[in-house]
Amino acid sequence: MMRAQSIFTILKNKYISTGLIIVLVFVFMAILADIISLYSPVDPAGPPLQPPSRDYFMGTDNLGRDVFSRIVYGSRIMLMIVAIAVAMSGAIGTMLGLISGYLGGLLDRVLSFIMDSIYAFPSLILAISLSVALGASPINAAIAIAVVYVPTYFRMVRGQVLSIKNETYIEMAKALGLPSIRIVLKHILPHVTRTLMVVFSMNSADAILTEAALSFMGLTVQPPTPDWGFDLYKGRGFILLGYWWIMLFPGLSIPLLAVGFALISEGVSTLITARKR
Amino acid sequence: MEVLTVNDLWVKYYTISGIVSAVSGVSFKLRKSEMLAIVGESGSGKSTLGLALLNMVPKPGRIERGEVILDGVNILKSSPREIMKIRGSRISMVFQDPFTTLDPLRKIVDQFEEFLIEHGVDKTRARSIIKEYLEAVGLPERVMYSYPHQLSGGQKQRVSIAMAIALNPQVVVADEPTTALDVIVQKQIMDLVDSIKEKYKSSIVLITHDLALALERADTVMVMYGGNIMEYAGKTELYGNMKHPYTRGLFEALPRILQKTLPKSLPGNPPDLRYPPPGCVFHPRCEFAMEKCKSEKPPLIEVSKDHIVACHLYG
Amino acid sequence: MSTIVELLDVVMDFETSSLGRKQKVRAVDRVSLRINKGEIYGLVGESGSGKSTLGRVSLRLYKPVKGKVIFENKDITYLPERVIRPLRREMQLIPQDPYGAINPAQTIGEALIEPLQVHFNTSKEEAFNRACRALEEVGLIPPEDFMDRRPMELSGGQLQRAVIARAMILRPKYIVADEPTSNLDASIRTSVIKLLLDFREKYDQSILFITHDIALLSLIANRIGVMYLAQLVEEGSVEQVIKEPLHPYTKALLSAIPLISSQIGLEKVYLKGEIGDPANPPRGCRLHPRCPLVLEECKSREPPLIEVGNGRSVKCWLYYK
Repeated sequence: MMRAQSIFTILKNKYISTGLIIVLVFVFMAILADIISLYSPVDPAGPPLQPPSRDYFMGTDNLGRDVFSRIVYGSRIMLMIVAIAVAMSGAIGTMLGLISGYLGGLLDRVLSFIMDSIYAFPSLILAISLSVALGASPINAAIAIAVVYVPTYFRMVRGQVLSIKNETYIEMAKALGLPSIRIVLKHILPHVTRTLMVVFSMNSADAILTEAALSFMGLTVQPPTPDWGFDLYKGRGFILLGYWWIMLFPGLSIPLLAVGFALISEGVSTLITARKR
Repeated sequence: MEVLTVNDLWVKYYTISGIVSAVSGVSFKLRKSEMLAIVGESGSGKSTLGLALLNMVPKPGRIERGEVILDGVNILKSSPREIMKIRGSRISMVFQDPFTTLDPLRKIVDQFEEFLIEHGVDKTRARSIIKEYLEAVGLPERVMYSYPHQLSGGQKQRVSIAMAIALNPQVVVADEPTTALDVIVQKQIMDLVDSIKEKYKSSIVLITHDLALALERADTVMVMYGGNIMEYAGKTELYGNMKHPYTRGLFEALPRILQKTLPKSLPGNPPDLRYPPPGCVFHPRCEFAMEKCKSEKPPLIEVSKDHIVACHLYG
Repeated sequence: MSTIVELLDVVMDFETSSLGRKQKVRAVDRVSLRINKGEIYGLVGESGSGKSTLGRVSLRLYKPVKGKVIFENKDITYLPERVIRPLRREMQLIPQDPYGAINPAQTIGEALIEPLQVHFNTSKEEAFNRACRALEEVGLIPPEDFMDRRPMELSGGQLQRAVIARAMILRPKYIVADEPTSNLDASIRTSVIKLLLDFREKYDQSILFITHDIALLSLIANRIGVMYLAQLVEEGSVEQVIKEPLHPYTKALLSAIPLISSQIGLEKVYLKGEIGDPANPPRGCRLHPRCPLVLEECKSREPPLIEVGNGRSVKCWLYYK
C-alpha cells in the first residue's frame, strides 16, 4: 500500500527523520549491545569512579562498572518494557474502542465509564500503585504502564469509530449484508490507523518517562541488571561529590529517547493534517 | 447601456497535477437590469468565471488575460484596496451554500453591520439599511437578532441576498443560489431575485447548472462547456432556435413530464481540462463532429441578431 | 398482484441532542406502503420529509419504533441482524453520493468481490471474473481498467455505475434507489437511470425510487407516494397523481418545477414559508401554516388518509365527505 513516493515524503519531514534517527540509534544499541559495549555491564571494568576517558568514555560508577556499557544494556530493558506496554495498551484499547464505538448501547456506556475513571487518575500514581501491587518485575511494570494507557487508545479509537460509522460506505456495507466483524476490521480500522500512529509514538514517549519513574523507584529490574532509571537513582548521591557522569548519562538518555518518539508523533500528525487538506 | 463588459478572459489553475484551463477566452456584455444566466455542468468553468468577475479567483488559480470592465474601470487592474471597496458595493456575490457563507457564531445584525461599516456607512444609517433590506427580501425584523443556525436554508439565502444588494451594486453575481434548496423554496428565492431585479434595476449574473431554470428566469442565456462559450442568445431566441449540439443535448436531457420516454443523455464524460481536447472542446461527445472539429477551434459566429454560436456546423 | 415489501404503520424516531438537550425527532410517522413485484414506486418529498428514512426502514437498516416491515411475506421487523443478513442479498441500497458509497481505502475490484465472497464463498478467481462481468454490465469497459482504481479516481458518473454494479452483483429483487442521480450532471443522469431500468427488466426487480424530482418520477414510476414532514400525504398511480394532483402540497411541488410547470395545464399552488421542524410539527394538518387552501379544521385536527377510489388516497380535509 505504501508507495515509494509516500515513503520519501514521510522521510522528507524533518521531525520524522530526526526522531527516527534518535530512536533507531537506541534500537540498534539494544540489539547490538554485545558488540558495542566494551565491558560487561554488571562486573567491574576497572577502578571505581573514573571520569570519562579514552578507556571508559562515560566513566565508571562506584563499583567500577563501565557507565557506557550500562547505558547500552539498559536500553534493552527500557525498550522492551516500553514496547510490551505500548503494544498491550494499543491492542486492548483499540479493540475495546472499536467494539464500544461500533456497537454502542449499554456496553459502550459501561466501557466509557470505566475508561474515563482510569483516565481521570493521575497516570504516574496509578502506574506506581499498580506495580507495587503486582510486585517488582519488568513484566509487571509493563502491565502497569499498559493499564494506564489503555484509555488513551480507547477514547481516540471510539471517537473515530463514531464518526466513521456514519459514512455512507458503512451503511452500504451493512446493506450488502457484511458481518459486523468484517465491517469493523476492514472498513473502519484502516481509517483509524493513521491517527493510531500518532498516538502510538506520542504514547511511547510518555511510557518511557513512566518506565523511568518506575525503575527509579526500583520497581522494574533487580540490581545489578542495568536500567537507566535505577542508575539515575543510584547516581544522585554521587553528584554532590563531583562524580557527575554517573547520573548525567542515564539522565540524558531518558529524555533523548522520549524526544525521539515525540518528534515522530509530531511529524506524523502534521503529515496527516496536510494530507487532509 | 452596458454595466459590465468582459473581454477575452482567460483563467488557469496551476495545480500539482497539471495546468487546468478553466476559462478560455470568454467575452460578453451585461446591460442594466438584465439577467444573464451562465449555464454549464461541473467543470464548465462557470463558477470560476463568476469569481473572476469580482477578481477573486482563489489560488492556485490565476487570471491570465482579459478585461472585466465595470462602469468603465477594468477591475482586474485595480489595486487590492480598490477591489475590496468595489466588491460588495458595486458588484456583489451570492454563493450556493447558505449554510457556510454566514459566520455561525455571530448574530445577523452584527455581521451585516460590520459589512456596511467597512464600506463606509455610519452606524445609525447601517441599522436603517439592515431593516430596509431584510424587509425587502421578505424577512421579519426579528431575524436581525437571530444566529444563522436559527434560520432555515431559505432564510439564510435571503439574508445573503439582502447583504448582496444592500449597497445597491450595479451587478449581483449569484452562483447556484438555489441548488442547495428544495424545489418549493427554490421557486420562492427565484421569485425574490426577479422582484429585486425589477425594484432595484440591478443586473444579475445567474450561474446555474439548470438550463430549465435559465430558460424560465433569465433574459439572456450563455451556455458554457469546458471553459468556452458554446452559445449565447436571448431567452426566447434560444428557446425557439437552439443551435449548438451541446445546448440541444442539455435541453433534451431535461425530463418532460409524463412522457413515457426517458430524456436523452450525452455520451461520454466532461473533458479533463488539464488536457483539453484539440479543436472544439465538445467534439469528443458531439454526434455531429466532423474532421474539422477535431483540429480547429470554432469561432463565435453570429447566426442571427445577438445569437452567437461556437460551432463549425454554422460556419 | 403480489407484494414484495409492505410497510404497516411504520414509526421511526431519532434522538438528536444539541448542547446536551435531548430531543426526539419523529422522522417517519405512521406510514403504510406497499410495493408490488416488478413495480417502480416513486417516493417524492423535500429534504426533511422522511423519505430516505422510510427507504432505509424498508431495508431494515433501521429498526422502526412501531409498525411492521414485511419482506416477501415475512415479518422482518424484529428479526436480529444475524437472521436478516442472508436476506440482504435480496435487497439493496443505491445511495445519492457515489463518492461516499465505496470505502475510499478499497479498490473498485475489492469492493465488488467482497460481497460475493461473504455471501457465496465464491473462489477468488470466480469472484474476480464475476466482478469484471458486473463492470461490463454497467458499461465500465474494459473492466480490467477499473478493477484496480480507487473511488476518487473515477468521475461521478463512472463511480455511480460502479456502485450500481456492486449493488446488483448479488442479484437483489428489491432496490431502494435514494436520489441516485441528484449528484450527477444533467447530461449523464439519464444514462444512469436507464441502467437501473435495464437491470429491473433483466432481473425482474422492484424499485423504491426516492427523489425530490417529481418530473423524473413521472417518466419512470408506476405509482407515486408524496411525503411531507414524516407523513404520506398522497398516493396513487403516476398518471393520476401528476395529471390530477389532489393534495395542495403535491400541486405546489408540480407548480415549482422550472419551465415544465408552465407547460402543463395545472392549477398552480404556491406555498408560503418552508418545511417545518420535524421535532415540533404543527398541530392539525402539518401543511396548514403554509397552505393557501387552509380550512378551519386543518388547524386543529389531523386529516385521515382518505381513500378516494382507484387505489388513490390523500391526507387532506378538502376531500373528506
